[in-house]
Amino acid sequence: MHDFFLYSAVVLMIIIAIPLLRVLKGPSVFDRLLGANAIATKTIVLITLIGFLFERVDMFIDITLAYAALGFISSLALAKYITVKRVEVDQP
Amino acid sequence: MTVDVISFLSILFILIGIFFMFVGSLGVIRLPDFYSRTHAASKTDTLGILLVVFGLILFEGATINSIKLAFILVFIALANPIGSHALARAALKSGLQPVLFRREQSLSKDDQSDAAERSANDLIREK
Repeated sequence: MHDFFLYSAVVLMIIIAIPLLRVLKGPSVFDRLLGANAIATKTIVLITLIGFLFERVDMFIDITLAYAALGFISSLALAKYITVKRVEVDQP
Repeated sequence: MTVDVISFLSILFILIGIFFMFVGSLGVIRLPDFYSRTHAASKTDTLGILLVVFGLILFEGATINSIKLAFILVFIALANPIGSHALARAALKSGLQPVLFRREQSLSKDDQSDAAERSANDLIREK
């Protein structure tokens, strides 16, 4: 079971690296924000899996709860902040 | 014997959840429009995270940690759709248009030969 958690954490790291491309080349601000939000939500599962790997689940679950709340509030605040400005899309 | 069944179920749930998260991040890369990318980022991610955390709850058993994991599950199921909905609402209010609407506008604006040739496939490929 320990090996399964290790391999699934490695696969999850590869999956988390995929939306980073959208963050790098998004046409608008919202695409970059969406990629960052996707990375943040997948990192929650990664932290929990790391807690099961080190067999310190009680400590890592608190870190996970704090991280989830922080990501949610920062996403809401950024969406509220960007609404005021006009968006510019680099048209081809 | 029952421990083996529970381990098998938790492995199954974690594998299905990782598959859903892989499909979601593939959709964030491949889809042509912002509003279609929000579908890939919100729905599949929420379902994948719920499945993986449920598998971890099955593996953990009835302890205090599984109750905390259930709190994480409820929080993710509430917070993740709200976040992506707020993002899509902010994009719509600040004037980002969907790609189909953009194509209809450009077709009706100049109805010469250029606009007819530039189809939706060109727009999608350029994105």
